[in-house]
Amino acid sequence: MTPAEAVERRFGPYGGQYVPETLMPALEELEAAWVQARGDAAFHAELDGLLRDYCGRPTPLYHAERLSERVGRTVLLKREDLMHTGSHKLNNALGQALLARRMGKERIIAETGAGSHGVATATACALLGIECVVFMGTEDMRRQRPNVLRMQLLGASVHPVEAGARTLKEATSEAIRDWVTNVATTYYVIGSVVGPAPYPAMVRDLQRRIGDEARAEILERHGRLPGRVVACVGGGSNALGAFAAFLDDPGVELIGVEAGGDGLATMRHGAPLTVGGRAGVLHGAMSALMQTEDGQIREAHSISAGLDYPGTGPQHAHLRDTGRARYEAVTDVQALDAFRTLAELEGIIPALESSHAVAWVLGEGAGELDLICLSGRGDKDLAEALERLGIE
Amino acid sequence: MSGHMTGIEHIAAAFAGADKRAALMPYLMGGFPDLDTSRRIGDACIDAGADLLELGIPFSDPLADGPVIQAAGTAALAAGATTDGVLEVCAALAPRAPVVLMTYVNILLARGIERFVDQAARAGAAGLIVPDVPLEESAELRDACDAAGLALVALVAPTTPDDRLARIGALARGFVYTVAVTGTTGERRGGDASELLARVKRSTSVPVALGFGISTPEDAARAAADGADGVIVGSRLVRAAAEAQDPATEVGRLVAELAAGLAAPPAHTDSAAPVG
Repeated sequence: MTPAEAVERRFGPYGGQYVPETLMPALEELEAAWVQARGDAAFHAELDGLLRDYCGRPTPLYHAERLSERVGRTVLLKREDLMHTGSHKLNNALGQALLARRMGKERIIAETGAGSHGVATATACALLGIECVVFMGTEDMRRQRPNVLRMQLLGASVHPVEAGARTLKEATSEAIRDWVTNVATTYYVIGSVVGPAPYPAMVRDLQRRIGDEARAEILERHGRLPGRVVACVGGGSNALGAFAAFLDDPGVELIGVEAGGDGLATMRHGAPLTVGGRAGVLHGAMSALMQTEDGQIREAHSISAGLDYPGTGPQHAHLRDTGRARYEAVTDVQALDAFRTLAELEGIIPALESSHAVAWVLGEGAGELDLICLSGRGDKDLAEALERLGIE
Repeated sequence: MSGHMTGIEHIAAAFAGADKRAALMPYLMGGFPDLDTSRRIGDACIDAGADLLELGIPFSDPLADGPVIQAAGTAALAAGATTDGVLEVCAALAPRAPVVLMTYVNILLARGIERFVDQAARAGAAGLIVPDVPLEESAELRDACDAAGLALVALVAPTTPDDRLARIGALARGFVYTVAVTGTTGERRGGDASELLARVKRSTSVPVALGFGISTPEDAARAAADGADGVIVGSRLVRAAAEAQDPATEVGRLVAELAAGLAAPPAHTDSAAPVG
C-alpha cells in the first residue's frame, strides 16, 4: 500500500479514465508501477544515465541571434531537435519502455502521427530488446515515409491503419483496440499527454525535464526567467513538458500554438483549444475536442502530421480555462514560412510541428525574451515541405 | 400493456419470461444500412424470437468495437444517421421488446447526460450500455438513469478481479454484460465461459448475459450451458446486414437459428455441466 502521493486523474473537469472495463485493471497496474518507479532512485539513475549518454541530454539552449534580430527581441531555442532520434519524443518513450520492462511486459505498442513517437518507441525497444508494433495511418505513412523506413530498420513492425482520415486519431484508436485484446502481455506507450489516467500526468512528468533544464540554464546564463515560453500543441507533450517547470512563475507567459491548418474559419484545422472546442471524450480522456453537435469527432487537418489531431491533452484544456496558458493557432502557410525562415536565418531545419511555435514568434511584435521549445528537426518533413514550397 | 413498468422492470420481465435456456439479445446498429432498414431488422429480430434488443447509436471512434461494427457505424453516419434518428428507431421497436441502447459516452455528453437519458427514456428505451464509462466514471450517469427508470447496464471482463467484480455487481442494473473474451467485438472462437460466468453470478443479483465473440447457434447454446442467463450476438448479424440483399430477412433467419439453438437441449454429449 503506497501512501497515495496520487497521480492526478483529473485536471479540473478534464481527464478521467473513459475506457472499456477490460483495460481498467491494466490502468490500475500501470499507475501502481509508475508510482513505484518514480519513487525509485534506481529507476531514475538508469533513465538519467541513458538520457545523458545515449540521447545526448541536456539539450542546448541556443540564443538564436539572427532570429532575435529579425523579431527585435531575444529568442532562445530549447534544442530538442538535437536529441537522439531528432525530437523530444524519446524522453517519454524511453521512460515508458523502462517501465514496461520493470512490469515484465514482452510486447510494446505505440501510435504515431508524424512518426517521431513511433521512431522513438522503436528505438527504445531496440535498445531494451522488446518487441515493438507501431500503429500508423496510411496517409501519415505516405507523408512520413522516411520515418516508416526508420522504424522498420529498428526492428519494429509498422501496422497500417486504413480507417477514417487515416491519420493520428485512427492510429490511436487502433492501438487502444490492440491493447484491449493483448493487455496481458502488452504495454501501450502513449506518445503524448493524452489518453486515460495515469498517462497525461506520467507523460508530462517524463517530459518536464525539457522545462527543468531550460529554466536552470536561462537563470544561470541570463539571470532571469523568460517572458514567454512558446511551444506547439497537438496532443501537447513538448508544450506541457516545457510549461511544467514554469507553472508557478506567474510572470512567465505560456503560449501553446495549435495547428490553424487552412484557417480557423474553414474547419480544416487542428486547434480545439483556440476555437473553444467543447469538452468531450476521445481516447479515454475528457478534454477540448473538435466535434459535431451530435458528438461525432471531426477530422482534424494540419500540414504537420503530429498536430493533425482533433483532441488535446486534458491538462492543456484546464490551463486554458484557468487562464494560466494561452492558446493560439498559426496556419499551414505561416508554419511553412517559418520552416524556411529558420533554415535561412539559423541553419536549423525545424519539424513542421515546431515550425508552428517559430511562426507564432515571428508574427508577434511585442515581448522581450521568448523561449521556444524547438521540439524536433525537420528532416522527416523535407519531401512534403519542399513540394508545398515549390522547391524541387 | 406495460406502460407503467420501468425499463429495469421491463428487462427483468424479459429475462424471466424467455422461453429458452437463455434470453436472446441480438445487437443491431441503428441507422445501418439506413434508419428505415435498421428498424425493419429490429422487427425481424423480434419476429424471429429475440427477447430483448441491443440497439447501437453510431459513434465515429468506437474503441470497444472490432472491424465489423466499426465499419457499420461509419457507414451509418455516412448515410446520415443521427442520435435523434436512432432514438426514433428505438421508439418504433420499444413497444414490442425491451430495447437497450448501446453507445459511447461522447454521444451522451454532446447533449448533456440528463437530457440524453430523458430523451432515451421517452423513446421507450429500457436500458443503456456505455462501454467507455467504467465504474469509476459512472456515478452521474447511474443517478440520471435511476431517476428515469432506465437500467445502466454494467460491463465486466475476463480481466476484472473479484473485488472489483463485487463493486460492479452491487451497482448493476437490469443485467450484467459479461464480455466473454479479452478483446473487441467480433466473431471468434471463445473458450469455456463457465468459470467467468460463475464468478460474475456470485457478484450480483441481476441476470448475467454473455457477449463478444458469440456468432453461431452452437456458440449460443454453449453460452447457455456455461450458465449465461442471456446471450448477445452482434458482429455476425451486423455482417449479415452488410452483405445480404435483403438485410431484414437474412438477419431474421439467423436470429431464428440462434433461437432454435437456445430452445433445444444441449446438442450431442457436450459434456456440459448439467443445466439447472
